[in-house]
Amino acid sequence: MALPTLLILVIVTFVLMHAAPGGPFTSEKPLPPQVLANIEAKYGLNEPLYKQIFMYLQGIVTEFDFGPSYVYKDRTVNDIIAQGLPVTLTYGAWVIVLMLAVGVPLGMIAALKQNTWIDYLAVGFSILADLLPNFIMGPILILIFTLWLGWLPGGGWNGGQWEYMVMPVIALATSYMASITRLTRSSMLEVLRSNFIRTARAKGLPERTIILRHALKPALMPVISYLSPVFVYVITGSFIVDAIFSTGGLGTYFTNAAFNRDYAVMMGVTLLTGGLTILFNLFVDLLYSWIDPQIRY
Amino acid sequence: MKNVFKTFAVASTIALSASLAWAAGTHPITGEALADDQTFTYRVLDEASSYDPQLLEDVDSSKIARDLFEGLYNQDSQGNLIPGVALSHTISDDKTVYTFKLRDNAKWSDGKPVTANDFVYAWRRLADPATASAYQWYINVMGVKNNGPVSDGSLPPSELGVAALDDHTLQVTLEKPLPYFPLTTVHTSAFPTPQWAVEAHGNEWTRPGNIVANGAYIMTEYVANERSVRERNPMYWNNDNTIMEKVTALIINDENVALTRYMAGELDQTDIPSGQFNRLQQSNPDETVVVPELCTYYYTINLTDTGNPALQDVRVRQALSYAIDRDIITKNILQAGQKPAYAFTPEATAGFTPPASPMASMTQAERDAKAKELMAAAGVDGFDLELMYNTSESHKKIAIAISQMWKQKLGVNVTLSNLEWKTYLDARGSQNYQVARAGWCGDYNEASTFLDLVGSESGYNDAKYNNPKVDELLAQAKVSADTQPIYTEIEQILATDTPIIPIYQYTANFLMKTNVKGWPYDNVEQNNYSRDLYKVAE
Repeated sequence: MALPTLLILVIVTFVLMHAAPGGPFTSEKPLPPQVLANIEAKYGLNEPLYKQIFMYLQGIVTEFDFGPSYVYKDRTVNDIIAQGLPVTLTYGAWVIVLMLAVGVPLGMIAALKQNTWIDYLAVGFSILADLLPNFIMGPILILIFTLWLGWLPGGGWNGGQWEYMVMPVIALATSYMASITRLTRSSMLEVLRSNFIRTARAKGLPERTIILRHALKPALMPVISYLSPVFVYVITGSFIVDAIFSTGGLGTYFTNAAFNRDYAVMMGVTLLTGGLTILFNLFVDLLYSWIDPQIRY
Repeated sequence: MKNVFKTFAVASTIALSASLAWAAGTHPITGEALADDQTFTYRVLDEASSYDPQLLEDVDSSKIARDLFEGLYNQDSQGNLIPGVALSHTISDDKTVYTFKLRDNAKWSDGKPVTANDFVYAWRRLADPATASAYQWYINVMGVKNNGPVSDGSLPPSELGVAALDDHTLQVTLEKPLPYFPLTTVHTSAFPTPQWAVEAHGNEWTRPGNIVANGAYIMTEYVANERSVRERNPMYWNNDNTIMEKVTALIINDENVALTRYMAGELDQTDIPSGQFNRLQQSNPDETVVVPELCTYYYTINLTDTGNPALQDVRVRQALSYAIDRDIITKNILQAGQKPAYAFTPEATAGFTPPASPMASMTQAERDAKAKELMAAAGVDGFDLELMYNTSESHKKIAIAISQMWKQKLGVNVTLSNLEWKTYLDARGSQNYQVARAGWCGDYNEASTFLDLVGSESGYNDAKYNNPKVDELLAQAKVSADTQPIYTEIEQILATDTPIIPIYQYTANFLMKTNVKGWPYDNVEQNNYSRDLYKVAE
């Protein structure tokens, strides 16, 4: 199923991209027709659309070549992905670890201590985190940790040293963390009220065993459904984080390629996202069946 | 025959003899005490389009290329030409053949000498359709012989009017006399290129490790969307007089984050976010810099059938222009030292003084009265008009202010339409608009870089303005020794015909740490060379 899906994705994206007004070489100082013709011939943009799609696919299949960037003349799409993907994978992985490591326990504790100060604190935190989306959070972090305290560099990546990673990871992880806290809390509350937990309690099982062995797994189901798109989003990078912290990840290319009509780059990142989405959906499906053995494919 | 730059030899001898002084920690000419740290870090908005002189197409890339490569001539801090690889040139009696004498001590970073052939290769490469350079048209601006047929492929690049007479003599033949030809050689498109490196590494020849350059710096580190670093090129002929050791461009998309990082000491120079100029001028007066730029902000009027019928009447167009209170735009909206524009060519342009236009000398009340008078004479009393601009806060503020002025003073009902950049360019270029916002920056410091735009053949003439008299004057200016009266006349015709409405003249404003010296504040093109920069001890 994956391949036909990707093929349809290529065709739809290609057609939509070319349907948008302007092109990669439209600029404030329009190119003389002669110059434009030269450039379009160089990149094969003068061919009919179906042929361009075919040539594009041919390049990928035969040489794993995703084409050149029309905006960054010295670079190809392969270069761009090879340089940007490791960056976004690195900070994306930390974001996932952080949001799960903080969000799940926090949500569980809040549910177990419902209506106590711990619960209010956890819920208060998750609402506050939602009020601070990453494009506001990022500059505030830089203001505090770079300008006032002088503890962390205000941006850059520097090969992924930890001090460059702290702020991007926090800025990106916070709102996911909040959502996961709330999701875990509410589904935990629901599970704790269900019959099988009541049965377990009636059997006299220790509370610890009830929570960890019986309640946690079903309580995580909604969290896992939520994770699939988040995984893809986080791993392919965030435009906001890359733009604010100059991390050099793939995030900026999504939006910039669209604005610049940098067709091949846009195709490349779209395919990458498409492929990863399919992959993570599979992964999440497998997780479901691990958590709930009743689910079989 | 005449020889230029006689005096330079003297100046460079002084500089050379003084160069020993800087080892002791003082500047060779000014004698200022130098800081130990000679690194310069500045903010750029976006990743560079390329570092290849013939392929790059944006301002930030060309700034970097000016450090990595050196053309025939450079500019001094005032924007005057000074020798680069070329020491001087002679001009033939018919003013079409320029013979450049190249210095014999210029070297590429791999130790090979810089020869006339490197320029021949680069210029042919620029013109060659196979290179597909977006700046191919620049060879037409330079007016090199056969630029047309070579550009469209009907003649091979070897037929281009540029030849190496020997290793250190470059001969350029022009189609016709072009008085400002030497000025065009400071543009990055005309920089030399090392054929052997291009052929060895293809598209990747500008990467650190592959790059062979003849400028004062060499690219040592490059991380896309994060930073590019250039360090001194020990092979550069004038390396002894270079003070700045290392220059880093940090790519920071968000201007407010860049400002915070500047304040935190991570940057030596950054742009001023819109709307923050006044505040920064109060808080950091010594670091806030305003310099004129060779750019004009204007509204263009669609004069074709797809435009607004009311605007076919010249009096209505004039009324729209008169009714705009430019002082409100510059003083209340932009607030960063911009000047009102009543002519298309900015005042800062070399060898050009804007004509004393009647509009410029009036008070706004007089202009408003005149505008009403013109509307009455045209027999028009209020009409619907669409004003188009590309999405941006400041374009929007200006458009709102101007639409209010038109509404209140002339009863014109303006609909604002903002479009995403490429869509806007497409609409403007295909005359799918009534009045559109536009901006133009000069490619070189001469009025024709602006006025050519209103020629009927110009690809940039989005108004589709067509006045044979203007075309004739533009052609005259290309060969005339005294261009001021011609340009004055063109500006006067434009003020009358009003195919475009000039609004303001841009300024560049930025923050610069006070210990950084040598910035060419007086060069309106802002063509700066990092080797002129130095940091003084505080």
